[in-house]
Amino acid sequence: MNRTHVNCTVNGDDVDFLAADGISLLDALRDELGLTGSKEGCGTGDCGACSILIDGKLNCSCLVLAPEAEGAEIVTVEGIADGDHLHPLQQTFLEGAALQCGICTPGFLVAAKALLDTNPDPTETEIRYALAGNLCRCTGYDKIIRSVQEAAVQLREVAK
Amino acid sequence: MTATENPPTYTWVGTRPIRHDGYDKVTGKARFAADLDLPGQLRAVYVRSPHAHARIVSINTAAAEAMPGVKAVVTGADFPDLGAADPEYDVSVNVMARDTVYYHGHAVAAVAATSRELAADAAAAIVVEYEELPAVFTIDDAMADGAPLVNETNFTKFVKADEPSNLSTITNLERGEVDDAFAAADLVVEREFTTAAVHQGYIEPHACVVDTGADGRASVWCSSQGHFRVRSSTAAVLGWDVSRVKVTPAEIGGGFGGKTTIYIEPVAARLSEMAGRPVKIVMTRDEVFRATGPAPASKVRVKVGATNDGELTALEAWMAYNVGAFGNVAGLVGAMSVASYKFPNLKLEAYSVLSNLPKSAAYRSPSAPHAAFAIESVVDEIAQKLDIDPIELRLKNAAVEGDVTAMGMPHPRIGFVECLEAVRESEHYQSPVPDGAARGIAAGFWFNIGEQSSATVHVNEDGTATVITGSPDIGGSRASMALMAAEELGLDVNSITPLVADTESVGFTDTTEGSRTTFATGMAVVQACRDLIDDMRSRAATTLSVDVGEVIWADGAAVAEGHDPVPLASIAAQSKRTGGPLTASASLNAAGAGPSFAVHCGDLAVDEETGHTKVLRYTAAQDAGTAIHPSYVEGQLQGGSVQGIGWALNEEYVLNDDGSLDNASFLDYRIPVASDLPMIETIIVEVPNPSHPYGVRGVGETGIVPPMATIANAISRAAGIRMTALPMSPPHVLTALNER
Repeated sequence: MNRTHVNCTVNGDDVDFLAADGISLLDALRDELGLTGSKEGCGTGDCGACSILIDGKLNCSCLVLAPEAEGAEIVTVEGIADGDHLHPLQQTFLEGAALQCGICTPGFLVAAKALLDTNPDPTETEIRYALAGNLCRCTGYDKIIRSVQEAAVQLREVAK
Repeated sequence: MTATENPPTYTWVGTRPIRHDGYDKVTGKARFAADLDLPGQLRAVYVRSPHAHARIVSINTAAAEAMPGVKAVVTGADFPDLGAADPEYDVSVNVMARDTVYYHGHAVAAVAATSRELAADAAAAIVVEYEELPAVFTIDDAMADGAPLVNETNFTKFVKADEPSNLSTITNLERGEVDDAFAAADLVVEREFTTAAVHQGYIEPHACVVDTGADGRASVWCSSQGHFRVRSSTAAVLGWDVSRVKVTPAEIGGGFGGKTTIYIEPVAARLSEMAGRPVKIVMTRDEVFRATGPAPASKVRVKVGATNDGELTALEAWMAYNVGAFGNVAGLVGAMSVASYKFPNLKLEAYSVLSNLPKSAAYRSPSAPHAAFAIESVVDEIAQKLDIDPIELRLKNAAVEGDVTAMGMPHPRIGFVECLEAVRESEHYQSPVPDGAARGIAAGFWFNIGEQSSATVHVNEDGTATVITGSPDIGGSRASMALMAAEELGLDVNSITPLVADTESVGFTDTTEGSRTTFATGMAVVQACRDLIDDMRSRAATTLSVDVGEVIWADGAAVAEGHDPVPLASIAAQSKRTGGPLTASASLNAAGAGPSFAVHCGDLAVDEETGHTKVLRYTAAQDAGTAIHPSYVEGQLQGGSVQGIGWALNEEYVLNDDGSLDNASFLDYRIPVASDLPMIETIIVEVPNPSHPYGVRGVGETGIVPPMATIANAISRAAGIRMTALPMSPPHVLTALNER
């Protein structure tokens, strides 16, 4: 079987792995690197449960071939906290009850971080469109949107 | 906003702590079934039927078995024939076809290999020869004279049946004199409604890992709403005693009823037994759509009679539910769900109809949304024709305690009137309808169920407590268990660790379904806590040399007059000297489940050029009995509402002529996304259920019942069109607009 040696950073750590032909970056993260926080809900880029940042940009990792990660900086849900200090999004999701079953939560957190990294003061509509690629079947999105709004307020306070 | 009847004062119940399992879920550490791997594990892949109905002539697995990495192959021949009379027979045949495939996507074989890719290659090398049989997909075709038989093992229930039939159940309910009532009515409205099959749409595909050991015992880790049912069904399909199967529930990524049954666990267990290695199965999204339970499509004819002042005098309904290829009681449950209004004269005829489609499964308030869409639409049309406010019309006819349901049972204390009043008084309903928009109202309810639950509570030596139940937590129930235990024991909720244990570590517990967990499992937790408190009072009495009758439990301490309170922590620290560990278990079969009513109010605008409907504002009011953790009660109301909005506006199984699903992906089966929706406002009404120590009714089911009619009623007022078919997607609305 053909395998490609891939070097990249994941959540700040230098890592390398062997990627079999046709393996997605999601599979590599989960199966080769043991980072199972990113979830597979569809495998076709429709649900967003596998959302990750590649060089700061939001991607569905199920749609990225693993060798495409060569040299990239990757952030997954496991990497958005600062050590044992939760990211404001993680804290507001907890306090705002923005998760029920929790399967979509990693993807939403990463997608929301991607939004707030580039737009610190989004409108409700901007948040809704920025998260439209992430499916949640439990919450009806209400508490997710409110938690992102609250995290944005907190992050702006910190930035002052 | 919370409307409460005589609110009791609680310390913990009704507060909003961070849920105990939340930290692992926001950091990616929570372990769902697909996240689990065992040493030496194989991956399994299915072969599925390309025909909707066919006889299996032969299956040749020789080439597949010879391929690299392949360790085991199963077909129907590897599972026992339970006989059609066995209650698990349908499940066993659905799990793996025997001599007949009944729907496109029906499992025919499975291969376990050292990788998923090798398993897929081998599955593709299995040769199945079929002889196609005639198939039917719709209620009309299945009920037609001379229709081809869907499933030769189906005999109609609830009536005398000598021959197999496409009808699974027939239900007839009648009270009063319907014909006389219609003749006397000032106004009669009659319409026919149809709804498409919809999928529960949980984001986590079904997944399991099963390790069948050399001792013949299988350990199962899986995503399920009820691991005790996984245990019993898996054992039955394998022809094993229940005790050979141990099931550990993983975190579950959504279920909504769709994970109350099994699909993959016996297949993984048999493959593991044959290969001597653990086997993991993870369904693809395509398989989830094609081969797991949609909710039935339906056809419902409703006729309602009314007086000019808005009294609803008679209801006649004909209801049919398309339940797929195996028997199901959807029709009976649909008839049971007609109980919101007094209707002195009533006649119901309900059918569960088989077709060559996947075996339908429960979906949030099963069967009720279909009936409510029809009845609430007609009731609203009567309000429009009589020019009566839709809430006032419903208040005039709303069922109250003592009114009998369609089944003839009197309602217990219910909160339908309170929900209607809460919406009427809400800021939303009091505010003017936005320009260019219209407002719809509809109601709904679900009975809720009790069933069996067990709980064990340990008071630990450091003064904390562990609460162990057998109810998989699909929406925050662990937090509810901890809150009720905190209230009972007088402990901080964060000093309590709530867990869901495997089938061998906690007493038998029925599935998480029917809004029963916070109700029934909560009762077991409360009972175990009260038994522990009695034990702690007794120990404190001995220590203080007083009669136990003089010791009460208050604020987390044993209190006897003339003595300092003895706090739980000190009783716990002394437990070795006072009788040993502090632990109690309670098991019960809960009676007195409380029906939960809901009333929804939605504002929307219809784009006359495209037929697109935009929901602008939405409020859901529902009777929770008591909200143990209000945030998660709100979450149930919001989630149910949005599932209903998706059902109303977009979601449907689109079938090709051969019965295959044309839209088996989240791209083509489009569930609501964030940009489709406004905030979902909630009003928690609290009319306590007298049968529960904290008044809990359970809230999960009902939220999905009112949205379809809420939206249809608003569209009617917005555009002057009465939509009678779901989904009310842009093409269908546009057609209706053009025919207006």
